Formats: sequence, C-alpha cells, structure tokens
Amino acid sequence: MTVLLEVKALKVAYGGINAVKGIDFTVGEGEMVALIGANGAGKTTTLKAICGLLHHGGTVRLRGEDVSGFPAYKLVQHGLALVPEGRGVFGRLTVRENLQMGAYVRNDKAEIRIDLDRIYGLFPRLAERRNQTGGTLSGGEQQMLAIGRALMSRPRLLLLDEPSMGLAPLMVEKIFDTVRMVSEEGVTVLLVEQNAKLALEASHRGYVMESGLITLADGARSLLENPLVRKAYLGE
Amino acid sequence: MEIFLQQLINGLTLGSVYAIVALGYTMVYGIVQLINFAHGEVVMVGAMVALSVISALAGSVLPPLVIVFAGILCAVPVCMAVGFVMERVAYRPLRGAPRLAPLITAIGISIILQQVAMIVWSRNPLGFPQIIDNPVFEIAGAHISAVQIVIILGSLLMMAGLTLLVFRTRLGIAMRATSENPQIAGLMGINVNRVISATFVIGAGLGAVAGVMVGTYYGIAHYTMGSLLGMKAFSAAVLGGIGNLAGAMLGGIMLGVVEALGAGYIGEIMDLCHISGISDALAVRCAQDGHFVLFGSNYQDVIAFLVLIAVLVFRPSGLLGERVSDRA
Repeated sequence: MTVLLEVKALKVAYGGINAVKGIDFTVGEGEMVALIGANGAGKTTTLKAICGLLHHGGTVRLRGEDVSGFPAYKLVQHGLALVPEGRGVFGRLTVRENLQMGAYVRNDKAEIRIDLDRIYGLFPRLAERRNQTGGTLSGGEQQMLAIGRALMSRPRLLLLDEPSMGLAPLMVEKIFDTVRMVSEEGVTVLLVEQNAKLALEASHRGYVMESGLITLADGARSLLENPLVRKAYLGE
Repeated sequence: MEIFLQQLINGLTLGSVYAIVALGYTMVYGIVQLINFAHGEVVMVGAMVALSVISALAGSVLPPLVIVFAGILCAVPVCMAVGFVMERVAYRPLRGAPRLAPLITAIGISIILQQVAMIVWSRNPLGFPQIIDNPVFEIAGAHISAVQIVIILGSLLMMAGLTLLVFRTRLGIAMRATSENPQIAGLMGINVNRVISATFVIGAGLGAVAGVMVGTYYGIAHYTMGSLLGMKAFSAAVLGGIGNLAGAMLGGIMLGVVEALGAGYIGEIMDLCHISGISDALAVRCAQDGHFVLFGSNYQDVIAFLVLIAVLVFRPSGLLGERVSDRA
C-alpha cells in the first residue's frame, strides 16, 4: 500500500506549552485510520497542524511531497479536506452556498453540479434546507453539511475531527455510516475521536495519543482487544 | 411643499454619494473589522484624477461625454491601485496586531494621501470643468438637474451590481465566508489574503466613482474634500449597521435626506420669532426683521454627526446591524 500521509517528528507548541511532542504516523492510500485519546491529548492540534492552521516542527508529506508550512488554502488543492471540530459551518451562508464553498478550488462546473446532487442524495435533509442559512440547522444537520462540504472538494484525504461530538446516538450512527461509505468509495480517512469504540470499529488501524505522544499503534481490531485500551478508553 | 420636494431631491443625490462611499467602509469592516479612515481620501483621489483627465481633454475634439467617461475610467483603476497598495503595505502586516494599531495606521495613511494630493494638485480648490450641458428639469415646482439624475441612477446601478457580486458570484460568496470565519474559509481553499485585497479594491473603485460624482455635483475639488465626506459616509455606515451592505445603502440615503431636509428647515425651526412673546427685545427685533434665526442651513454638516451620536446612543448596532461589536 502506498503511503498517502506521512507525519514525522511533528511538534506543536502553543505559547510555551508543548501540545504535540514529536509524533510519527502514516496513513495509507484508501485506509481509514483512527487517532484516539483523551481530552487534551493533542489530537485536534495534530489535525490542525497537518491542515496548515498551526505552525509546527517536523515534516508532513502528502504522497511523498513535503507540504510542511503550506497555508491551509494550498493544502486543499493538494487534496486535503478537514471537517473541523465544532463543524465550522458558515452560519450566514445558505446550505447550498456552504456546499459551493466546499468546491471552491474546482473549476469543473458540470461535475460540481453532479456532486451537489450526490450530497443531497446522501443527506436528503440538506436538500430540503438548501436555501436556509447554515445557522438555522440543528447540530446533526450542521455535521452533515460540514461533511458534505468537505466532500465537495473531492478530497484524497478526509480529516474528521470529533464528528460524533454533541450528537444524538441516531445521528452519530448516520454520520458514521456515511463516513464508512465514503471510505469504501476509496477516500482515505483520518478520524479523530474521543469515542474510541466507535472510531476503532469503523477504522482499519488506530493510533492512541496521550499527552502529546503516540503511545500505541496497531490494527483497529487488536486495539479494541488490547487490555490497556479497553481499560483507559472503553471504560472496562 | 416645494422646499420639501426640492430638498428631498438634493438629499437623494447627496445620499446616493454617501451610500456609495459608505459601502467602501462597510465592506472593509465586514471582512477585516477595520475602519479604513483613509477611504475618504481615496474618494478625493478619484475626484482629483478625474478632474485632471477631464481638464486635459477638455479642449480636444472628443465629445464631452466621452471625456467624462475617460475621467472615470482613469480614476477607477488609480483608486483601485491605491486601495490595493494601502492594504498590502499598511494593513496586512498588522493583521494580527491589536485593533488600535491598524486604526491609527489608517489615520496616518489618510494624512499621507492628503499631503501627497496637496503637492500634486495644489492647495487651492480646483474647479471641475463644466464641459457637459446640465439641463434642469422641473417637477411640481422643484428642480432636478441631469447631473443629479445621473448620480442617483448611477448609484442605484452600482448598488445593484455590488449586491449581485456579493450574493451571486463565487468571489462574493467567498467574501461573505471570509467575513464570517477566515480560518474556515482557508480550509475551503479560499486564499483569504486575495479576497481581502479584492474587497479593498472594489471598495476603492466605488469610492473613485463617488469622487467623480461629488466633484461634478459641486463643481469643485479640493485635497481636503475627502475627510468631511468620509466622516459623513462613515456615519452613514454606522447608521445602517457597519458591516451590513444594505445598511450602508439605506444609511447613506437616509443621512443625505435628513441632512438636506434639515438644512432646508433648520432656519425656520430655529427662528426665535415663533416665540417672540418671551422677551420684549426679541419682539422688537422680530417686528423689524420678521425673523431671528439662531442657527441656519450653514449648520448642515452638523446634522450628520448629530444623527451619528443619536444612533450610537440609542441603537449602537445600527438600523440593520445584527451584532454589537466591541472592537475599535
């Protein structure tokens, strides 16, 4: 399997606090990888650094190309899409405009229209509300919109930050079904989650982060059976 | 009634200009939360460039309308360039700085532009060459000139065009997205710096046209003309709710109308002879002159700022503003 994302010695510091202290990991083409860990372990910081939202040390490579220090908007052109924590929906833009912004880097109008219909097919609720502003949607609908918007860029690598956060169980299921489907269609997924069970059940492999370091790396199934993981993250 | 209609027409003309200038303030504020105090000076530069071009071509064989258009066509790109450079050199390096820093820089840029204009175009008021006939029409006893009609219609066209741009085009949606959350906009692949540049450039282009309009209307241009006009347009933007496009349009037109009507009636309202009974001396004076005006239409300029103060006291978020901002 070719490596799509390769992170080496990634370090991030916020005003003197080392949030990420030098981590290495990879995500292969077509894989779905979970990054799990407790609150404050540095998961979100890692994603933000990969996306060019934070200054960082170490290197980030996409398909072998060093993209460290690229601004966020350039990384989108390299096939990266982030569904940020808290969704980041544009509250004053309509659902349709939000989705159009997702396709901002693309110029193929006809194909964009097809993808728009595909997203509406995936999330009929968004189709019903296409002319409503993002701010009027419920939390679950906003999460659908954030994922749909990220998919509109036709990413090679989809980064998801806590997609289950604050959602009702039924909605979480719907969101994870969608993520699984997207992954099966060949999009590479890196998933950050506090809900370790959910994340590992959906993924191929997993990394466990603890206070800025990766402490465990294994296949998702093995991690689910690992007594350390079960004790620390699955509440057993 | 004649005075009312006449002042309404004058107010709509002036208000259209305020609205176009106010759009420049509000667009920039909406996207970077900066009050670009140098925007009034951009308007002045627009008027000055157009004046130079029109004066230079005035004796030529070109038809007068073509000459005026040439003036506008030169003023717009020059102002756009000024807006672009201003953002690039003075504001972008301060993007992460405390609010007060870019605000003071804006005042500095405004002084620089004024002084440069004084050196280039002299310190004297310059007459705008009157090369086109300006026929005056009469409606119900009030007069409206061709220039006024062109100003009002031209402004409405620009407002419609800007609205279409902001709500219908890819750039416009990107501008609104950036204004709401620049970080997320970057995650969409939007080059936020470029969108901010575009906002300054568009605002400056509108300002250039406003400068030509106001220069033609008053028939005069001066290197300080931008400061009062800018302050009034800024008041109009605050009146409508700064950051809100429709608010700037509404605020500009309302301010123009209020100012003109105020100027038309202030003399009558402030005529102390209405209450001549309160003092014998006053009664004598009124019997002689028929009126004793405390302050009259020369106080026109004060009205805009009275309106600004009233808005800040009673509705700080403006007529159409959604949120009260705590930023400078």
